[in-house]
Amino acid sequence: MTPVLSKIRFRDAQIEMAHGAGGKASRRLVEGLFAPILFEGSQDPLGDAAFVDVNGSSIAITTDSFVVKPITFPGGSIGELAVNGTVNDLAVSGAQATALVVTFVLEAGLPTELLEAEIRAMASAAHRAGVVIAGGDTKVVEHGKGDQIYISSCGVGHRISGITISPKTVRPGDRVILSGPIGDHGITILLARGELDLEADLRSDTRSVLPLVQAMARAAAPGIRWMRDPTRGGVATSLNELVRDCGLGAVICEDKLPIHDAVRGACELLGLDPLHIANEGQFLAVVSQEYAETALDALHRTDGGEEAAIIGEIREQPAGTVLVSTLYGSKRIVDMLVGDPLPRIC
Amino acid sequence: MKYVDEFRDPELIAGASREIRRLADPGRHYRFMEVCGGHTHAIYRFGLKDLLPENVELIHGPGCPVCVLPMGRIDDGLFMAAQPDVIFAAFGDMMRVPGATGSPLEHKARGRDIRIVYSPADALKLARANPDRHVMFFAIGFETTAPSTALTLLRVRAEGIRNFSVFSNHVTIIPAIRAILDSPDMRLDAFIGPGHVSTVIGCRPYEWIARNERKPIVVSGFEPLDILQSIVMILRQMKDGRAEVENQYARVVPWEGNRAALKAIGEVFELRPYFEWRGLGFISQSALRIRDSFAAWDAEKHFLTPGVRVTDPKASQCGEVLKGVLKPADCKLFGNECTPEHPIGALMVSSEGSCAAYFNYEHRKSELVTVSA
Repeated sequence: MTPVLSKIRFRDAQIEMAHGAGGKASRRLVEGLFAPILFEGSQDPLGDAAFVDVNGSSIAITTDSFVVKPITFPGGSIGELAVNGTVNDLAVSGAQATALVVTFVLEAGLPTELLEAEIRAMASAAHRAGVVIAGGDTKVVEHGKGDQIYISSCGVGHRISGITISPKTVRPGDRVILSGPIGDHGITILLARGELDLEADLRSDTRSVLPLVQAMARAAAPGIRWMRDPTRGGVATSLNELVRDCGLGAVICEDKLPIHDAVRGACELLGLDPLHIANEGQFLAVVSQEYAETALDALHRTDGGEEAAIIGEIREQPAGTVLVSTLYGSKRIVDMLVGDPLPRIC
Repeated sequence: MKYVDEFRDPELIAGASREIRRLADPGRHYRFMEVCGGHTHAIYRFGLKDLLPENVELIHGPGCPVCVLPMGRIDDGLFMAAQPDVIFAAFGDMMRVPGATGSPLEHKARGRDIRIVYSPADALKLARANPDRHVMFFAIGFETTAPSTALTLLRVRAEGIRNFSVFSNHVTIIPAIRAILDSPDMRLDAFIGPGHVSTVIGCRPYEWIARNERKPIVVSGFEPLDILQSIVMILRQMKDGRAEVENQYARVVPWEGNRAALKAIGEVFELRPYFEWRGLGFISQSALRIRDSFAAWDAEKHFLTPGVRVTDPKASQCGEVLKGVLKPADCKLFGNECTPEHPIGALMVSSEGSCAAYFNYEHRKSELVTVSA
């Protein structure tokens, strides 16, 4: 396929950390450089997974890579993320993961003990998620050229019956459901780096969301329009991507957002918005109004879905915008994450 | 959350909002300046403008330390970062502020050793951990952050650490307020006084504003209720015909300030004869430089600083916005060439910059009058 050069809109002179932060810059890079050259013919190149036709059956496929630092943190580690992240990308695309293949990029000097711990973490995460790790590859780079371990995982899966996910099916009046408390992962990692003299009783939320998606699908499949796991860039970025893709608006009620106090407190101190903080075990769903309560009930009755909530709804206007309705009846706009979250100074 | 939720109570906030409507004379227009960028951020973040009557207008002041820094100072800092074996350490807010040759973040992507720290003490930790490197801390901020820089330098001298220096860009708030008041195009009725700065300097330094300028000033906290209550206090003063300094933030701000912090500032810093502020130009005695007794740790003496002066991009109107003469959206570049992703001026970078706050929380809202929730 010949790339359509006129669609290459990415003009940044060099790659910066922000291009990997999952927010605006990441989207610009993918839309402006990768998509026009690589994904000219694909249906939804920016979704969490793609469906490809293999001999008449529709197979879901996705890939993700993991470069988290530190590699272990309260509640999880890079190995667990590498399994759950890929399983979740498939789940929120409406697919059940069948098999993963994994690639390790290891830095010379990595203690075998650490590697073994990560391999074991992957095995048990795969077991919990009900997915097979079918193969892998290992590369080693010189000491100082990598950061201990990078893992890339690629997953295939089959469609969960009855759900078709597309932003184009989203309608005004649809409800926005969030599976549980936000910000736990991002804040846990920030604190685990030890650069801030802050401590909090927090754990990463990394887990497979497949059981929750399945429970919701069993109860309310025809009403499910769209799903996404709000990882880097957080809930705000995922919802902004949605409203841009569907041409509608979203209004989120601040008082309905499930957030742990430790996350709220850390965000207050650091001047961050919990809506921009990464999650590794949550998903957002847009469900038609008539199925919303049923979907929510199904989540509440499933392990780990107890704190799920309807956090807002889709509106015709303001198109392309996510508004937060504050506790006091005022409104503010929440945009995608710009750059990496920066702490305030005074 | 303790000490936060109490000040975000929807009922109390609705009550304060009603009180403001009751006190504001519908026949007149009020222009109050919130001096501090932290207030600007909170006003947008909590959507407080929606809770004020239309005739109470809030004007954003110059109290965002990143925003008032002229571009040349960033280029000076990046020149230091380019010297052999230097680690450039700064607060996160600085990272995307554009200099003439790009922002610190862009220089980092090109391979300079540029690190985000959360305090000058963290920068000092870096120096201890890297004895064969020189750590230069790019210090910014009003009297709020100056004490921690001063205490760090006192410690550095006591411990005889040699591989550490500070590039002081500390500024002081009072001369900036004076410059705003002297500016002929400003018509202000009162000030919402800065909260964090006042924890250090106290409330006395504002007395001349009330006495000589006959304008009320209420030192305010940063929660929604704090800000609304300060506006109530200002409106009450105006109704009574008073012009006084009042302290709404007494739970944090002592009237006399923090003597220990002021003493540390005085020991390490002295006033510069003049300093350039973006938008406000040169203001005499408005910034802090490191005293000669600490010259060994003064980055401006350690490096042969070029002392770059760079004029702002022609079309940008940062100065007018900083002075409160223009609203962010009235600048020709706002939202087009200048966005939080590709900022041309620092006001679009810092979370306390009025352009960034406006862009993130308010921009496009005017088109949404039909929305109700």
